[in-house]
Amino acid sequence: MIRTVLVANRGEIARRIFRACRQLGLKTVAVFSEADRDSPHVREADHAVAIGPPPARESYLNIDRILEAARTSRADAIHPGYGFLSENWRFAEACRAAGLIFVGPSPDAIRQMGDKTEARRLMAAAGVPVVPGSHETVADAGEAEHITREIGYPVILKAVAGGGGIGMTRVDKPEDLATAFATATRRAQAAFGRRDVYVERYLERPRHVEIQVFGDGEGTTVHLHERECSIQRRHQKLVEESPAPNLAPALKDGLARAAVAGARAVGYVNAGTVEFLVDAAGGFYFLEMNTRLQVEHPVTEEVTELDLVVAQLRVAQGERLPWRQEEIAQRRTAIECRVYAEDPAKGFLPSPGKVERLELPSGEGIRIESGVEAGSVVPVHYDPLLFKLITHGTSRAEAVERMAAVLERSVVEGVRTTIPFLRRVLASDALRQGRVHTQMVEQGAFDG
Amino acid sequence: MVEEIKAHITGVVFQITTKPGDRIAAGDAVIVLESMKMEIPVEAPRAGAIKEIRVREGQTVQEGDVVAVLE
Repeated sequence: MIRTVLVANRGEIARRIFRACRQLGLKTVAVFSEADRDSPHVREADHAVAIGPPPARESYLNIDRILEAARTSRADAIHPGYGFLSENWRFAEACRAAGLIFVGPSPDAIRQMGDKTEARRLMAAAGVPVVPGSHETVADAGEAEHITREIGYPVILKAVAGGGGIGMTRVDKPEDLATAFATATRRAQAAFGRRDVYVERYLERPRHVEIQVFGDGEGTTVHLHERECSIQRRHQKLVEESPAPNLAPALKDGLARAAVAGARAVGYVNAGTVEFLVDAAGGFYFLEMNTRLQVEHPVTEEVTELDLVVAQLRVAQGERLPWRQEEIAQRRTAIECRVYAEDPAKGFLPSPGKVERLELPSGEGIRIESGVEAGSVVPVHYDPLLFKLITHGTSRAEAVERMAAVLERSVVEGVRTTIPFLRRVLASDALRQGRVHTQMVEQGAFDG
Repeated sequence: MVEEIKAHITGVVFQITTKPGDRIAAGDAVIVLESMKMEIPVEAPRAGAIKEIRVREGQTVQEGDVVAVLE
């Protein structure tokens, strides 16, 4: 049984997890860097431990410091949230070795899905369609050219150890391949400490649709339906919703079946997400599996009226999943907007600083997950996510209308935010009609 | 003509890509800042030679701080 949970994270997700802990009567421990001393997540925990200087490497990514904090605060479980150490199998293993419950999947599942070529191989073997390309690290530009000749241009070069869209290089014609290969390996080395890259067909105007899965290690693996996450910039999601609009029932069914089959193939335990690209012809391809709680998990919670974080904690302490597949329904529509401290008028340039004023609406059908409050200082060291706005409705139109109103009434002063951009997205025909794809933002579809 | 190159955002100096004496073109990155997990180059406003670098890697700079001097 878990009694005390340490959350190895910061901001809105730490607060979200603390809320689930309180609901289950569990004690909470926050960790914080020197930059976060005055953050709401630190104040809200029953106990808080300083773990180092502001750079993430020396605090939120420092495994030894976090395990030491768990020991001194007598935590018996660690929830990693998303980002930071959440998909680091060595951390999950170190938690186990220290006698702690890691709230997430096994180190093996994290490792297998974290190696993008191994993940593709495993998924293909489980019958899940994957994007045509090399399933292995490509040795050099010559080999990349050989593979590309088979699958056709354009292609994308990706870091084997990568994720989150970092280090990807698109190639449109044969004469660019050698240079692009050099760029991609250099980026991979800089970002992930490993130069290995692989090559994949680049899909034009695909949608990003993902399936929330959950396994309990006792033979039950379910899905909690899909999330449409096509509105992205530099492969970072900005708006997510469920149910996915204009998704044919047969396609949706295929995605859910493939996701569950994939999760079962790796013996997946706890919450995870299988991401797919869906092309215009209705073909779908495995993109990657996120072996953790997603930023956009509230969308699924609002649609299904189930609490994913509470379920994560229950399953982590050995309970069986309380849900049967046929009971998990999409009861309503929900949409989420991520508000970042970035200036959309200046090419989404980061905008750290002090939040001088913060006014967010509340009311029927509105949920807000915020890491900041008026007076908070947004540091330069971390991800720029300030808060998430989530609305739900009995129809898609109602949820969208509600979100548009929430964005109109949201006031942030002191730092620039993506709110003006999000207002344009919500007013657009593309969003209103549910006809979106992953390249829209970069193509300027929502420029003011 | 001596010209100061200023940081256009607050961030941490991620990389110094030039050194005193280097000749650079307008738009070349003089240093690279990191802010909120993004790498953002500070570019030369015109062609010239780097006279001085005023920051070191890992240092935090505020918007408007002088990071280098061009001559």
